[in-house]
Amino acid sequence: MTAVLAIATPTTTWYLVLAAMLFTVGAVGVLVRRNPLVMFMCIELMLNAVNLTFVALAKRLGDISGQTTVFFVMVVAAAEVVVGLGIVVAILRRRPGATADDLAELKG
Amino acid sequence: MELVVFICAAAMVLGGALGVVVRSHPVHAALSLVLTLFGVAVLFVAQEAHFLAAVQVIVYAGAIVVLFLFVIMLLGVDRVEDIDVEPIPVQRPLAIIVGIGLLSVLVTAVVQASSAVVAGSGSGLDDATVTGDNDSNVRQIARSLFGDYVFAFELVSVLLVVAVVATVLLSRRPDKTGGPR
Repeated sequence: MTAVLAIATPTTTWYLVLAAMLFTVGAVGVLVRRNPLVMFMCIELMLNAVNLTFVALAKRLGDISGQTTVFFVMVVAAAEVVVGLGIVVAILRRRPGATADDLAELKG
Repeated sequence: MELVVFICAAAMVLGGALGVVVRSHPVHAALSLVLTLFGVAVLFVAQEAHFLAAVQVIVYAGAIVVLFLFVIMLLGVDRVEDIDVEPIPVQRPLAIIVGIGLLSVLVTAVVQASSAVVAGSGSGLDDATVTGDNDSNVRQIARSLFGDYVFAFELVSVLLVVAVVATVLLSRRPDKTGGPR
């Protein structure tokens, strides 16, 4: 058992495959869910999958730029969530209980 | 040891992600998101990204999820969504097929390209276990952020100000007198 644990150390490919699985789950979530808030959370899942890819490749390539990029992705994601939730609050205040299907037209 | 950490963190990440997608209660989905974000933070530590792990916990788990929960409570949408309703016929089977296709394409690309990535071709990553300096990751990120990427850093501050102003404008209540909002 200890021999197996010593041999099988997770490589970069493992991290990249895990990030691909996380991205897929997020994408499927955006496709199937109708609650706009939950769709936002699924977008966060996809952003985290991309961040994980950046960090794994930064380690593999030995380049700090990947981690710096993740920092910028996090900042932009925070700004995106703030504006997105502002829009969701504005819409749901007008028509409570609206799902993504009810928002087919832009007219308020 | 690394393997155990990876398996536990991967289980947290995937379990939380599935929880976000399948839980019908928005609050439960937000709490599953916290689980995923913590798992990703653990993987960041395992990949020598200590500063990003701290930022992940503080910004994502601390701020963004709290914002989600706050909006859920504010709007009173914390009721169970009926997820048995399928608005468009065959939407879900189609989405699952798309997901399987996307996953197979991504995994194939990753496995195919894994030999093309030349290890250590970058400018070097200060590893705390090698340099013996526990702050080396933070120091290196600071040097990169305020050196090579300082212009992008300043632009990001403008973006944050724009986001704050936009949110204040969006969330103002409509003016009852009919004047411009």
